[in-house]
Amino acid sequence: MTPPAAAPAAPNTPVAPLDAPLRVGGLSLQSRLVVGTGKYASYAEMARCLAASGTDCVTVAVRRERLVNAAGENILDHLDATRYTILPNTAGCFTAADAVRVARLGRELLRDLGNPGSEWVKLEVLGDTKTLLPDPVGTLAATEQLVADGFAVLVYSSDDPIVARRLKDLGAASVMPAGSPIGSGQGILNANNLRICLEYLKDGDAEYPVIVDAGVGTASDVAAAMELGVDGVLLNTAIAHAADPLRMAVAMKAACEAGRQAFLAGRIPKKLYATASSPLEGTITAPGRAT
Amino acid sequence: MPTASAGLTITVNGDSLSVAAGTTALEVVESLGLAGRPIAVEVNEAVVPRARLAGCRLEDGARLEIVTLVGGG
Repeated sequence: MTPPAAAPAAPNTPVAPLDAPLRVGGLSLQSRLVVGTGKYASYAEMARCLAASGTDCVTVAVRRERLVNAAGENILDHLDATRYTILPNTAGCFTAADAVRVARLGRELLRDLGNPGSEWVKLEVLGDTKTLLPDPVGTLAATEQLVADGFAVLVYSSDDPIVARRLKDLGAASVMPAGSPIGSGQGILNANNLRICLEYLKDGDAEYPVIVDAGVGTASDVAAAMELGVDGVLLNTAIAHAADPLRMAVAMKAACEAGRQAFLAGRIPKKLYATASSPLEGTITAPGRAT
Repeated sequence: MPTASAGLTITVNGDSLSVAAGTTALEVVESLGLAGRPIAVEVNEAVVPRARLAGCRLEDGARLEIVTLVGGG
């Protein structure tokens, strides 16, 4: 008796197209979302949202330890340092000198934990408290110092293509243009500037990582950014302050993957007029009605 | 009038603190109950690695920053 033939592969089994990991600062990240850890109602909620977002890289801030009653919870009690690359930021710094100090303190903290993020910094040198826009002069100065100090510098920048190019020239591991002001939820305000940033930063260097940092309000903002061809999106408030943060974390994961796949797939060009999807031949048409 | 050798006045996270002459950075960390905590220490704007805190003898007017990680974006 002949054995039954092997069942043919089901013709409608979806094949997941392959995507390369996001390579930045000497590390590979499976998820293209980088998620902040601020502003959650509790550390427990933060931990649930991080897991739901699928991220493997999270940002943290460096702040003075409480000298009185410091026995409370620490964020590290809720962040699995073996699961996440922890990216310390220099948020709140308004001078290059302060940002360099904070970066070095963050490195010391993460070296103690043996976390790969210890050699990384998310550099922010801010211009003022109202806009939280980057100070380009201070950002360039701090980037130069931190690169010389051996850091992989992921730099929060505006969407100015000329500043972006200068930051890359100074050795930034990633330039991270803002879509819109931090925490504003306005999404991608100037897609054309981002396109030019991408063209300049990836010229002859297609693998150079460009990450949109700041401004995301909802899932479609993430998808829109990824469809432009950025390599990742960094967000925090859009999840932490959503009415249902856990559900928004799920949405962000899906949007990031959808936007990435759409970029890789290559969208159709936009046209003014319609193009029929069904064949025009063989339609049943009353005489004199076809135009 | 107190003599200069009686003790040191240092600053920790912006607050003034009186300590005995010869105090080390590690002793300050321990006296604040922060020995086992995830912290990093800076003395006069330079990071002092954990392994060197015990050997870091403070001078009068030393400015310490003791920091940890918190949630941030």
